[in-house]
Amino acid sequence: MTTQTMKQQLVVVGNGMAGVACVEQILKQPHNFEITIFGDETHANYNRILLSLVLAGEKSPEEIVINDIEWYQTHDIRARLGVKIVGIDRERRVVIDEDGGETEYDKLILATGSSAFIPPIPGVDKKNVHVFRTLDDTRALLEQARPGLKTAVIGGGLLGLEAARGLQVRGCDVTVVHLMDTLMERQLDSTGGEYLKRKIESLGIRVMLPQQTAALFGNGRVDGLRFASGEEMEAELVVIAAGIRPNAELARRAGLEVRRGIVVDDYMATSDPHIFAVGECTEHRGQTFGLVAPLFDQGRVLASAITGNTGQAFTGASPAAKLKIMGVDIFSAGSIDESEPGVEAVTYEDPALGTYKKLLLKDNRLHGMILVGDIEDEHLYMEWMRSGTDLTPHRRQILFPPRDADPGREVADMPDSETICGCNGVRKGDIIQAIHARGITTLAGLKESTRASTSCGSCTGLCEKLLRAVTPDFQEETRTTLCACVPFSYEQLRDIIRGQKLKSVEEVLNVYGNRKGCEVCKPALSYMLDMVWCGEHEEDRSARFINDRVHANIQKDGTFSVVPRMRGGVTTPDELRRIADVADKYKVPMVKVTGSQRIDLLGIKKADLPKVWAELGMPSGQAYTKGVRMVKTCVGTEFCRFGVQDSTRAGIELERRLENLFTPHKFKMGVVGCPRNCAEATVKDLGMVGQEGSWQVVVGGAAGKSVRKADLLITVETTDQAMETCDLFFQYYRENANYLERSYDFVERLGIEKIRKETVYATDADKKKLLDRLARSKALAKDAWLERETPVHATQFVQIQPMEVQRT
Amino acid sequence: MNAVRGWTPITKADNIPLREGRAVLVGDAEIAIFHLEGRYLTIENKCPHKGGPLCDGIVSGTKVVCPLHGQRFDLETGMPVLASQPGCVAIFPTRVDDGVVFVDLGGACKAGEEAAA
Repeated sequence: MTTQTMKQQLVVVGNGMAGVACVEQILKQPHNFEITIFGDETHANYNRILLSLVLAGEKSPEEIVINDIEWYQTHDIRARLGVKIVGIDRERRVVIDEDGGETEYDKLILATGSSAFIPPIPGVDKKNVHVFRTLDDTRALLEQARPGLKTAVIGGGLLGLEAARGLQVRGCDVTVVHLMDTLMERQLDSTGGEYLKRKIESLGIRVMLPQQTAALFGNGRVDGLRFASGEEMEAELVVIAAGIRPNAELARRAGLEVRRGIVVDDYMATSDPHIFAVGECTEHRGQTFGLVAPLFDQGRVLASAITGNTGQAFTGASPAAKLKIMGVDIFSAGSIDESEPGVEAVTYEDPALGTYKKLLLKDNRLHGMILVGDIEDEHLYMEWMRSGTDLTPHRRQILFPPRDADPGREVADMPDSETICGCNGVRKGDIIQAIHARGITTLAGLKESTRASTSCGSCTGLCEKLLRAVTPDFQEETRTTLCACVPFSYEQLRDIIRGQKLKSVEEVLNVYGNRKGCEVCKPALSYMLDMVWCGEHEEDRSARFINDRVHANIQKDGTFSVVPRMRGGVTTPDELRRIADVADKYKVPMVKVTGSQRIDLLGIKKADLPKVWAELGMPSGQAYTKGVRMVKTCVGTEFCRFGVQDSTRAGIELERRLENLFTPHKFKMGVVGCPRNCAEATVKDLGMVGQEGSWQVVVGGAAGKSVRKADLLITVETTDQAMETCDLFFQYYRENANYLERSYDFVERLGIEKIRKETVYATDADKKKLLDRLARSKALAKDAWLERETPVHATQFVQIQPMEVQRT
Repeated sequence: MNAVRGWTPITKADNIPLREGRAVLVGDAEIAIFHLEGRYLTIENKCPHKGGPLCDGIVSGTKVVCPLHGQRFDLETGMPVLASQPGCVAIFPTRVDDGVVFVDLGGACKAGEEAAA
């Protein structure tokens, strides 16, 4: 047999990110390997750096899997999961597993990673003391986590803070205990640490520093912490996040050169030419690694070297770290040691905004940085640092580098090899290739095909810039921040509410906001909760505008207007008589026919509302809220000489289907029996225009502050089809529009073509999902005026009378 | 004048839902009592801008937002949040005793003034 046909055995010990990423690179090269991967965890390879998001409930364990079992099969890789390698016989070139089984290798890659460092504190072996390193650790923490659980996290570094936030989001009462006097002291200076501490505390996590833990006490289970100062703290759960140590024991026993980690050269070779190492278990030029980006670089270098295509060497990595806590932006890179000779610092801070920036320069070149609260320019700075750009011409604006002039400049400045998505190891070149190969035009498309920006999301802005620069017809996904109280986009908030299973406005504000909220975000969050949970949220009336507390429209004098529902604008003599009687009895100052073919009773006192509603005996017309207003109709075929469709009946039916539901903004509809359009359906949020033998369904019309002719969504033959089409658009608007975004802005923002694709042209399965969610909401929607019989609070409508008046 | 002075029992604390306000007419003073996590604060129920019923406003921390035109007042001081807003509202000392809200109607004070003796 010749060497060409005989496969070489490549054994990889370690099924973590570094090892598997390296194998992925090897697969991209011409090679002659039969590959076996040993992993002592039983899971397929997952993205360890996203464990904090699993803990926080932002991702499920399945979502952080990078390579599923099929991937191993597809690439003919033998996956030996749950098998621990305990020895290496370098003479015979075999690895030995726990059961004494031996596996031969021609080349061996050690990717054994690192373990949590457990400080020698008495009591760390007690029950309920955990580390946070693996998926199993995360599951164990999730089993324990419950609201109110007194939790101490020992260690205020990156991982400790992420663990603390994850547990706090689960309701635990969390304290971070840190040995040093600055949080994340390896990445931040004392000012940056102070800004971070304030932000962490504002999220509701206690921070104790500097605080040395002397012992964990408790009988079997931990009951608390005793500090070196003699103070004690109660704790039912303790998480140790005091750093990591390379797993180098296997290599040490095999006689390889090991210092803190397994010593490797610039091509990732160990002291044995058949054995290589990659990832957190390595030590390169005296440096060990704990962050992901350099590991991908190491993997690429090793993949080239081991397949005989030796190219670029690994020359080390400057540290770069980003905290993955939503709403807390921290980035640090390079050397932050100001005392180094020749280093000068340029700083900026704004305590009110919580922004702190510090750039460290050496010979007019960027040497290190600390960014807190504003990390917009992170990539530009990294590029300056990587390329050693002479910053003399930029000095005047270095803290606020100008943008706009050439928005493509930043990405043009990056080499193809630059990593865009650190979480998933996606480089600029990979993205450009994917964009062209698959005709990607949206961020969503990019996420799907490259996984870039799917993890922590911090490279989203950069991915968008790349798309804009490269894609001929890039479609922007606009994101607007809801408000300063809870500074996330609508899209993020919907994800947060869904992902974290938040059911009330208070929960959202307490965990993700400023704990106060205001008249802008509270009603918006109320709406989102109602929509996301299809009415199964915890309704909080204090978060809603007065109109939605008493189901009537407040007027300039503090009285209210009452508009009963009159479906399709059709009424009866009986109804009119009752309206007249109510108007007389309550001395209603004005009775007005509205533009919506209904009758408005103006000037009603709050305390009279329940009686007025009862005496009217008609349901609420929702004229006071962001919800379904009315369906305006013409007389259609019933009476009109020209009518070709029964618009009145269709309008009444449409109103019945959608009434009592809430929408991002008010929602008006119209149904007309012929194109003469007497009830103005083409300037409504949703309209049906009757034609001979068909209906046009039109959307996004307006005749208010803006006037806009509605776009044709689709033409259908039957009234039933038209109704279903209306349902689809209605629910799609409910789910995807920003709060207070009228349908006409929504349709313009998304474009009618996208809306068609995702409603009338969607797959039957997707249509059914929309309709099912609408049906769930509708099943719980009630006529608000029934609260006259079952008020949500004893004094919802009642005017409180003083108990006793003491007269002078 | 039918003025009311001293600590006056107004209503059961339960009558005022959390983070909401309720108006009560006591003598000739219309007051708005608010319930914030565990404490009760009282202001005059009339926005100095256009007379809006502040009891119906959304509460934001210790501020209330007038439902008519969005003027904001601090429930603790009666001060407008923005200097550009017209005027401030009177505040009244408030305490809860045995589940009943008491308001000292004679103790009204406008920002910058001392409480009446």
